[in-house]
Amino acid sequence: MNFEIEPLGDSVVLLRFGEEISRSTNELVQRAAYELEANPFKGMKELIPAFSTLAVEYSPVEMGGEFPYETAESCIRDILQKVENLHNSNSKIVKIPVCYEAPHALDIEELGAYTGLTVEEVISLHTTTDYYVYFLGFAPGFPFLGGMPEQIAMPRKSSPREKIPAGSVGIAGRQTGVYPIETPGGWQIIGRTPKTFFSPDSENPVLVSPGDTVQFYQISIDEYNGWERGGEL
Amino acid sequence: MSILVKKGGMLTSVQDLGRQGFQRYGVIVSGVMDSFSAKMANILLNNDEKEAVLEMTVLGPQLTFQTSAVVCITGGDLHPVLEGKPLEMWKPVYVPEGSELSFKGLRKGCRAYLAVKGGFKIKEQMNSRSTYLRAGFGGYKGRKLENGDVLEFRDQTAEDIGAANWGMMPLSHQLPDKHALIRYIKGPQYSWFTDNSQAVFQEEEYTVLPNSDRMGYRLSGEMLIKKEEKELITEPAAMGTIQVPPDGQPIILMADRQTTGGYPKIGQVITADLPLVAQLPPHTKIKFEEITIREAQRLLIEEGSFLKQVKTAAAMKWRELQR
Repeated sequence: MNFEIEPLGDSVVLLRFGEEISRSTNELVQRAAYELEANPFKGMKELIPAFSTLAVEYSPVEMGGEFPYETAESCIRDILQKVENLHNSNSKIVKIPVCYEAPHALDIEELGAYTGLTVEEVISLHTTTDYYVYFLGFAPGFPFLGGMPEQIAMPRKSSPREKIPAGSVGIAGRQTGVYPIETPGGWQIIGRTPKTFFSPDSENPVLVSPGDTVQFYQISIDEYNGWERGGEL
Repeated sequence: MSILVKKGGMLTSVQDLGRQGFQRYGVIVSGVMDSFSAKMANILLNNDEKEAVLEMTVLGPQLTFQTSAVVCITGGDLHPVLEGKPLEMWKPVYVPEGSELSFKGLRKGCRAYLAVKGGFKIKEQMNSRSTYLRAGFGGYKGRKLENGDVLEFRDQTAEDIGAANWGMMPLSHQLPDKHALIRYIKGPQYSWFTDNSQAVFQEEEYTVLPNSDRMGYRLSGEMLIKKEEKELITEPAAMGTIQVPPDGQPIILMADRQTTGGYPKIGQVITADLPLVAQLPPHTKIKFEEITIREAQRLLIEEGSFLKQVKTAAAMKWRELQR
């Protein structure tokens, strides 16, 4: 497995698998995270995967020795050296129901006007795509999704809304995503899902994980209102 | 076993050493800003250092003890007063039932920590008692403390030990006044900046802005400029990361930082200096000094041994007290 390794301060090492946003690079990130989690070295704390990089936090105090950074680096190289083939991970397909109607689809008509598409065409493009989950960040359970069709891309709002309700589905540039918690934000909101993306008290607190595939499908406002809610924030 | 919050103060929240292990879910670490002071408050009470504490910011709360307790206050000096008399920081102090603890105003530093013997009775969420303010969970009802809140602490017979005749040197007095030297290691994108900006970063002073918070310390000073216009692909960040947004003004990421970020990182504050950063009030002038990672780790290990020594000594003192 090829990667560069460098310190991010005195308690984190950063592994760099490439310089671009691509699924094949991201699969290396996830493969490395999987291996390190299965074979943690002494003093290893936690892993933060991103698009093409993986952070490994460790405790120099727990590791001790002459120079903990050197030890961490060689432990990581040892663990990842043997890794070659991509494993069949336990990634899954997650189907997300989305209501693309009022009062939830705040910006869908504006997005239609901007892109020159009808609302139906926007929905159709949004729902017929497989989205790859690169990693979770920005907010708890928030997936960075890849693969959105360029035809429905639109820049963020020039001034962000103060409150966007949890479950809102938005578009920002060439990204689409779901707000797991209520937060301020500048995304163009095209709908809302009744699914809970983040539940801190559940054994599995997040709905989607890195490496998963997300598919959106359309539900009506009545279906949305009748949806049985999980533990919501 | 409870404390009534008569006034919440500016920003008082329940924190521990942070919510570790969930950053991969986008769950931020939270936790105390000044981990050294928070650990010390617990250690001096012979608590586990991971127990929750109250983090009190600039203007402290007003607390009424509905039960007697033994407490320890560390960190910045917010001028704690127990029933009108100055309360000694950095040592265990007995607080009789019905008495009132208040804070008269900031004298040194920025944040104080209050630990109670036996620990606060706060439910863990995702393995931590830290308040995740933005997501509204963890700590006390997922929010900062407000007037009328009641904090329970664990059953512990508080003995009237008065103010203990032992404790730490009052470290609050050693906090810098208007100028601070902060040590750093080069960040992954250090070389993205012009030679001039690299020199400026090492030589010029940066001022802490008033809108600094638990998420980050915003600094103002000479603009840091990239050699060429290029965008960083969002990558992980850590506490102490010094990132530079397009306006060229650095931000030091702190306890409530996001797990990942898209701004280039010129440097990383060494872990041993983070408690100091956490105690810098607005308008302090910072000068950055580069050191090697080897030196930074040596300092961190040294701090670890020091905490261990204090732990042993405090445990011994408590055995004597409770004999």
